[in-house]
Amino acid sequence: MFSLEAFIDLPMIWYGLIITAVMLYVILDGFDLGVGILFPFAPSEKCRDRMMNSIAPFWDGNETWLVLGGGGLFAAFPLAYAILMPALYIPVTLMLLGLIFRGVAFEFRFKARKSRRIWDYSFHGGSLLATVMQGMILGALVQGVTVSGRSFAGGTFDWINAYSVMTGVALVFGYALLGSTWLVMKTDGITQSWARRSASYVLGYVGLFIAVVSISMPLMKDTIRGLWFSLPNFFYLLPVPLMTALLFILIWRDLHIGREYRPFFMSIGIFLLGYLGLGISLWPWIVPHAVSFRQAAAAPESQSLLLVGTAVMLPVVLAYTAYCYYVFRGKASHESGY
Amino acid sequence: MFDTLDPILMARIQFAFTISFHIIFPAFTIGLASWLAVLEWRWLKTGNAIYAEIYRMWVKIFAVAFGMGVVSGVVMSFQFGTNWSVFSDKAGNVMGPLLGYEVLTAFFLEASFLGVMLFGWNRVSPRMHFASTVIVALGTIISAFWILSANSWMQTPQGFRVGADGLLYPTDWLAIVFNPSFPFRFTHMIIAAYLTTAFVVAGIGAFYLFRRRHVRHARVMVGMAMIMAVFVAPTQLLVGDLHGLNTLEHQPAKVAAMEGLWETQRGAPLVLFGWPDQERQETRFALEIPKLSSLILTHDLDGEVKGLKEWPRDEQPPVAWVFWSFRIMVGIGMLMILTGLMAAVLFLRKRLFDTRWFQYWCMALTPSGFVAVLAGWFVTEIGRQPWIIYNVMRTAEAASPVGAQPIALSLAAFVVTYAVVFGAGIYYIGRLIAKGPGDLEEAYGAHGVKRPPLVAPQVADEGGSHV
Ligand code: HDD
Ligand code: HEM
Ligand code: HEM
Repeated sequence: MFSLEAFIDLPMIWYGLIITAVMLYVILDGFDLGVGILFPFAPSEKCRDRMMNSIAPFWDGNETWLVLGGGGLFAAFPLAYAILMPALYIPVTLMLLGLIFRGVAFEFRFKARKSRRIWDYSFHGGSLLATVMQGMILGALVQGVTVSGRSFAGGTFDWINAYSVMTGVALVFGYALLGSTWLVMKTDGITQSWARRSASYVLGYVGLFIAVVSISMPLMKDTIRGLWFSLPNFFYLLPVPLMTALLFILIWRDLHIGREYRPFFMSIGIFLLGYLGLGISLWPWIVPHAVSFRQAAAAPESQSLLLVGTAVMLPVVLAYTAYCYYVFRGKASHESGY
Repeated sequence: MFDTLDPILMARIQFAFTISFHIIFPAFTIGLASWLAVLEWRWLKTGNAIYAEIYRMWVKIFAVAFGMGVVSGVVMSFQFGTNWSVFSDKAGNVMGPLLGYEVLTAFFLEASFLGVMLFGWNRVSPRMHFASTVIVALGTIISAFWILSANSWMQTPQGFRVGADGLLYPTDWLAIVFNPSFPFRFTHMIIAAYLTTAFVVAGIGAFYLFRRRHVRHARVMVGMAMIMAVFVAPTQLLVGDLHGLNTLEHQPAKVAAMEGLWETQRGAPLVLFGWPDQERQETRFALEIPKLSSLILTHDLDGEVKGLKEWPRDEQPPVAWVFWSFRIMVGIGMLMILTGLMAAVLFLRKRLFDTRWFQYWCMALTPSGFVAVLAGWFVTEIGRQPWIIYNVMRTAEAASPVGAQPIALSLAAFVVTYAVVFGAGIYYIGRLIAKGPGDLEEAYGAHGVKRPPLVAPQVADEGGSHV
C-alpha cells in the first residue's frame, strides 16, 4: 500500500496544511464577511451596490477554503473532526445558517425590486452571525474541550461563556477592519472615503481586543504562560507583539495620508501575527488541551494519498485563484454585472 | 416533550432533509452548466445571437440555483461531523480523502470560474469566457464523481480492513474509488441531472410557445430538450436496469424491497402495485405479472429471486418507502421516454412546436426530474438500511454524542431557513422566466437590473463620475 510515512513527517505536514487552510479562510472570507458587517452603515444604495460588486466574483471561492478546512480536518485528522463537530454543534450550525442567509443575498439582492431591503439585512445579519460564531468557536477552543475516550464528553452549551462572547465581538471588529481596508483598495469616491473613516474607527477596537486576548491567554493556562515568559523564549517571541504594534501605527498613518493598497495588506499582516501568536500558544493541540495532532492523525495511507493530491492541486488552485483576482482587478463599479 | 425524541431518528431526519434539499440544486446545475457550455459553443461557432440571448437568460437562473447549491452544500460538509461523528471517526481514513479530493479538484474550480462566467463578460475574451463555462461544467461533473464514489463505497464497500482498534484502514485506493456500484451510480446520476435540466428547459420553452412569446428562443429550447428526451431517456432505462442488476449482486435485500417480494422463489412475479406490509411480512392487494421479476433480474423465466424473509426483521429495510419510491422513479422514467417518442412523431409531422396538448404535457413535466431524482435517492438510501456502511457498520452505531434537543432545534432551524430561501429562490427564478430572454443590450447592467430600483433612496448618490 502506497505510503509516504517513511520519508516525511505526515502528521506534521498536515497540521501545517490545515492551519494554512484555516488561515487563508480567515483572511479571504474575512474581508467579504467584513464587507457584510459594514453593509448597512454605507452612506447610499449605490455605495452598497459597489461594495457588493467588489466581492461578488470572489465570495464563493473564499468560502471554499472553509470547506477545505472542514474537509481537510475530516480527511487528515478524523478524530479531531469527530470530537470538535459535536462539541461545537450549535455554533457550527448557527454559522452555517448565517452563511446561507448571506450567500443567497448576493443573487437575490440584485434580482429583487421591492424586497431589496430584506436581502440587505439578510446579507448583513448573516455575515454578522457567521462572524460572531467563528469568534466564539475560537474562544471556546482556546479554553479547551472536554474529551473522554474518543469522543466529546462535555455539555451542549460548553462553548458559551463571557470569554467566548468577547472573542466573538472581537472578530466582528477584526473582519470589519479587513472589509473596510479592502473597500479602500477596491473603490473610490464617497464609498472610499467612508471606508477610510470606518477603517480608522474599527482599528482602535481591534487593537483593544488584541491586547485583551494577548493578556488573557497566558493567564488562562500555566503552560501558555510558561511558553511565552520563560527566558530564552521571551526574546524569540517578542517580535510578534512588537511587529503587531508597528503595523497598527503604519495602518493608521496610511489611512490618513490616503494610501489605498497598503492598509489592506497590513491588516492581513495583523491577522497573520495574531494567528501566529495563537498557534504558538496552542501547539501541539488539535483539540486544545486534550488531543494532540499526532494522536488524531489519520492512517498514513490516507494522509499520503491526499498529500499527493494537495501537492499537485494546491499550486493550481492558488494560480487560478490569483488569475480570478487579476481578471477583476481595479475599482469596482456599482454597475458591473452580467 | 423533547425527552421522548430519539437522537438517532432526529439525526437521520436532519441528514435526509438537508441532503434532499441539496441534491435538488446539483441535479439542476450539473445539467444546466453543460447545456450552457453547448449554447455558448453554438454561439461562438455560428455567430447566431439567439444562442447568446438564451445563454444570458439561463445563466441568471443558473446563478441563483448554483448559489443555493453552494450554501446547502457547505452545510453538508459539516453534517458528517455534527451528526455522524462516530462514523467520521471510524470511516474517516477512507471517506476523508475522497471528500478532500472533491474540494481540491472540483469545488475550487467551480467557485473560481463561476465568477468569470457570471461577471467576466467585459473583462475576458469570448474564448476565455467559453473556457470558463466549460470549466464550471466540468467542475460540477468532477464533484459528482467524488461524492458519488464516497456514497457508493458506503453501499458496496471494499479495499479496506478493520483494524484492531475498530477503525477502518484503506488497503487499495483504486478498489475504494472504483467500487462495484460506483460506475452505475455515477452514470445514472449524471444522466438523471441532464434529464432533469432538459425537462425544466422543455417546460419553460413550451410555456413560451403556449403564450406565443419569445417563439424563436423557445423553439431552440424545446428542440434541444427533446433531443435529450429522445436519445437519453431510453439510455437511462438501460443504465437503470444495469444498476439494478448490480444491486442484486451486492445488496439483494434492497432489490427484494424494490420488488416487494417476501418469499424466495423460482419464477418470481413482477409486482406492479400493492401494499407492502412489514408487520405481516407480505405485499397485500398485489397486482402481479407472473415470472416477470425472474426474467428481468436473472434473465431466465424460472430464475431464483431472494425474498425479504431471507433476512431477519432487524436487517430488512423499510420496505414500503423503497417500493413506492422505486415505482415513482421508474414511472417518471417511462413518462420521459414516452415524451421522447411523442416528440419524434410530432417532429416528423412538422408539428413539434405548435401542438397545444404537447405544450401542456411538457409544462406538466417541468418538475418531473426533481421528483425522480429524490425518489431514486430514497430507493438507494432507505434500501440500504439498517446499514450506513453496508454489512460493516449500522446507522444506529454511527451517531454523534449529541442530545435529541439540539438536533431537533437545529433541524427546525434548517427547515425554516430552507423554506424561506427556497421560496425566495423559486420566486426569483419565476421572475426571470417571466421576463424571458431579452435582446443583448437589456441583459447587461447590474445583475440584470438596468436602472437602480425606483424605491431605493437616491439622495446621497455618488454623482455618476465613475461608471
Ligand atoms: C451528484 C451530485 C452531488 C451530490 C450527490 C452531492 N453534491 Fe454537493 N455539489 C454538487 C454535486 C453534488 C455540485 C453540482 O458540484 C455543487 C452544486 C453547486 C455547486 O457549487 O457545486 C455542489 C456543491 C457542494 C458544496 C459547495 C461547494 C462550493 O463551495 O462551491 C459542498 C461543500 C458540497 N456540495 C458537499 C456535498 C456533500 C457533503 C454531499 C453529500 C453528503 C454532497 N455535496 C452531495
Ligand atoms: C442527494 C441525494 C440523497 C438523498 C435524497 C439521500 C437521502 C437519504 C435519506 C432519506 C436517508 C435516511 C434513510 C433512513 O433514515 O431511512 C439518508 C441517509 C444517509 N445518507 Fe443519504 N441521500 C442522498 C445522498 C447521499 C450522499 C451523496 C451521501 C454520502 C456522501 C449520503 C450519505 C448518507 C448517510 C451517511 C446517511 C446516514 C444515515 C442513514 O443512513 O440513515 N447520502 N440519505
Ligand atoms: C427508466 C427507468 C429507470 C430505472 C430502471 C432505474 C433504476 C434505478 C435503480 C435500480 C436504482 C437504485 C440503485 C441502488 O440500488 O442503489 C436507481 C437509483 C436512482 N435513480 Fe433511477 N432508474 C430509472 C429512471 C430514473 C430517472 C428518470 C431518474 C431521474 C431523472 C433517476 C434517478 C435516480 C437517482 C438519482 C438514483 C439514486 C442514485 C443512484 O443510486 O444511482 N432514475 N435507479
